Amino acid sequence: MTDQAQHAPAATPKPAAPARAKGGSLLGLGRKDFMLLLFVAALILFAPFLLNPFPAGSAMAQFNAGYPDLMQRFVIFGIFAIGFNILFGLTGYLSFGHAAFLGVGSYAGIWMMKLLTLNVIPAIVASVVVAGLFSLVVGFISLRRSGIYFSILTLAFAMMSYALAYSVLTPITGGETGLQLKYFDPRVLDAPLEAGVTPRANLFGIDMQASTNMRFGAWIFTLNAGYYIAGVVMLIAFYLSIRLFRSPFGMMLRAVKSNQNRLNYTGISPKPYTLAAFVISGMYAGLAGGLLVAMDTQVGAERMFWTASGEVVLMTILGGAGTLIGPVLGSGFIKYFENIVSKINESTLNAWFSFLPDGLQDVVVAIIYPFVGKGWHLTLGLLFMAVVIFLPGGLVQGGQKLVTVFRRDRKSADAEKAAAEQRQTQE
Amino acid sequence: MGILEVKNVGKRFGGLQALGDVNLSVADQSVHAIIGPNGAGKSTLLNCLVGKLIPDTGSVTFEGQSVLGRKPHEINQMGISRVFQTPEIFGDLTVMENMMIPCLAKRDGAFSINAYGAMMRDAEIVERAEHMLEDMNMADKRDMHAASMSRGDKRRLEIGMCLAQEPRLLLLDEPTAGMARADTNNTIDLLKEIKASRPITICIIEHDMHVVFSLAERITVLAQGTPLVEDTPENIKGHPKVREAYLGESSGH
Repeated sequence: MTDQAQHAPAATPKPAAPARAKGGSLLGLGRKDFMLLLFVAALILFAPFLLNPFPAGSAMAQFNAGYPDLMQRFVIFGIFAIGFNILFGLTGYLSFGHAAFLGVGSYAGIWMMKLLTLNVIPAIVASVVVAGLFSLVVGFISLRRSGIYFSILTLAFAMMSYALAYSVLTPITGGETGLQLKYFDPRVLDAPLEAGVTPRANLFGIDMQASTNMRFGAWIFTLNAGYYIAGVVMLIAFYLSIRLFRSPFGMMLRAVKSNQNRLNYTGISPKPYTLAAFVISGMYAGLAGGLLVAMDTQVGAERMFWTASGEVVLMTILGGAGTLIGPVLGSGFIKYFENIVSKINESTLNAWFSFLPDGLQDVVVAIIYPFVGKGWHLTLGLLFMAVVIFLPGGLVQGGQKLVTVFRRDRKSADAEKAAAEQRQTQE
Repeated sequence: MGILEVKNVGKRFGGLQALGDVNLSVADQSVHAIIGPNGAGKSTLLNCLVGKLIPDTGSVTFEGQSVLGRKPHEINQMGISRVFQTPEIFGDLTVMENMMIPCLAKRDGAFSINAYGAMMRDAEIVERAEHMLEDMNMADKRDMHAASMSRGDKRRLEIGMCLAQEPRLLLLDEPTAGMARADTNNTIDLLKEIKASRPITICIIEHDMHVVFSLAERITVLAQGTPLVEDTPENIKGHPKVREAYLGESSGH
């Protein structure tokens, strides 16, 4: 209500003004944004059910994605992509080294869990802080250039980080083998574990891997503590990103993307804005890295490899860069493909096409085989090309197109109906 | 002392002496035009005033303070706004958002981070931006994408954005270049109205003599990087040196 009061002096007799004022304030969001937040909350809440549409043991069960490990990845990489979108979607600066922040966050997190406590809170806080500091350094240097040079600088930083983690900094990073939690780690806040016990991360006693299975007939749904904790974190991260998009800061970032020259001659220095966006998105990446560690309690340097940086770019563009929900959809899409399509092997294909005559079966399997299993990248690449060519705005644009087509159909149907009625009355 | 003092400014690009020895004084609350044929150094001079270029020699002071060595956004915050030859606006943003940015720059300075508050609920900025849009007769275009407007409207918006910062000096770089006659006349009227309604100094670089003689109180003629003559429009019109520089007529005729 206070917001309506605030709007009152700004309202002019124009018809647009009252509609704007009516938006009201739900958690400080406009109506549309609030609905979007609710939608994402519902997705997170019901994902274990939505992602397991096929009965366990059925032929289609391998398309089920509702198992904890994968669902955790959905939300964690969702956070990563949401953060990346703050930089790339708003300012247009394309970083090719964001996986470095995720990796640095992971290392910071696991050290907290080795030295301090198995509770994930200090680990996640450390991940965000360390990734933020690291991105401040990388951003300060990389943002001296823009365009392709900026991208190359960030890529160089990420590959340096990877190389350091892989070899030079082995005492800190564990090198090739990475870091795992051990029962003999000196956790100063926790009681010592018995020899041979595998340490497991927890949140105030809730085990991250604790799961309950729910059975409905042939369907089995797994509810996992770690997934829901990561889900809540993602919902908060998503909420904060909406606030950022709608804030003066978000508008300035879009202005940076649109016209830096005008911004300079409007008395605003673009550089601190881009640096702040870079650090914020680096902190999001660190948060994702910390959560990854909290879920699987291990880190390897491959997390920082350039392909991991490329993946988050794909997620953001595939979903729709600069949109709120796009990165979430994109990351879900890619992680689904990575985990589900890659599981299809030759024998599965043979089983599917066993109804065909022998010779034909072999031909069909031979044609499809390169696109599944280890070849899932090929399918993803083709899909990515299709999206970029036909839907430059990503999956979000695809959704919008569907909605317009649907509305137009309904509208034209309404118009025809009205015309028919008019004709009748005239007769 | 004028509001803007340019003393002995020189600028060289490689072998080309773009500005020789420019002295210029723009009187407070006047309309001062700088004219000259192509390559006379008009744009170079302007770029030296706003911090895009740093002159090799000489000094530029605004309200007694040197602008040399300051960055464009710092010079803007001193009270100098610039309108470009091709309108520079935020094409991806709506007209309203375009207008809110200078309002924010005026209130919050060169950098302020507020990543949590809702922009459209910042009553002070919204009110100010809407007021400016009404001033510019653009209230009906509030929610349009700025890039989709006509050139004349973009120009109007750009000028409005500059005025939202309440500058003491407004620099215009060929504001009517590429415009139809009607749009040109609209722009002239707009600038006259702006001049009449607020305490502002306008410095205009222009090719179109019609615009110059409708607006300017003083005119400086640049040729080959040096001021040829500075006088009132009446005296400039018949000045033989100007005719020579502009029309290529020899003064012997």
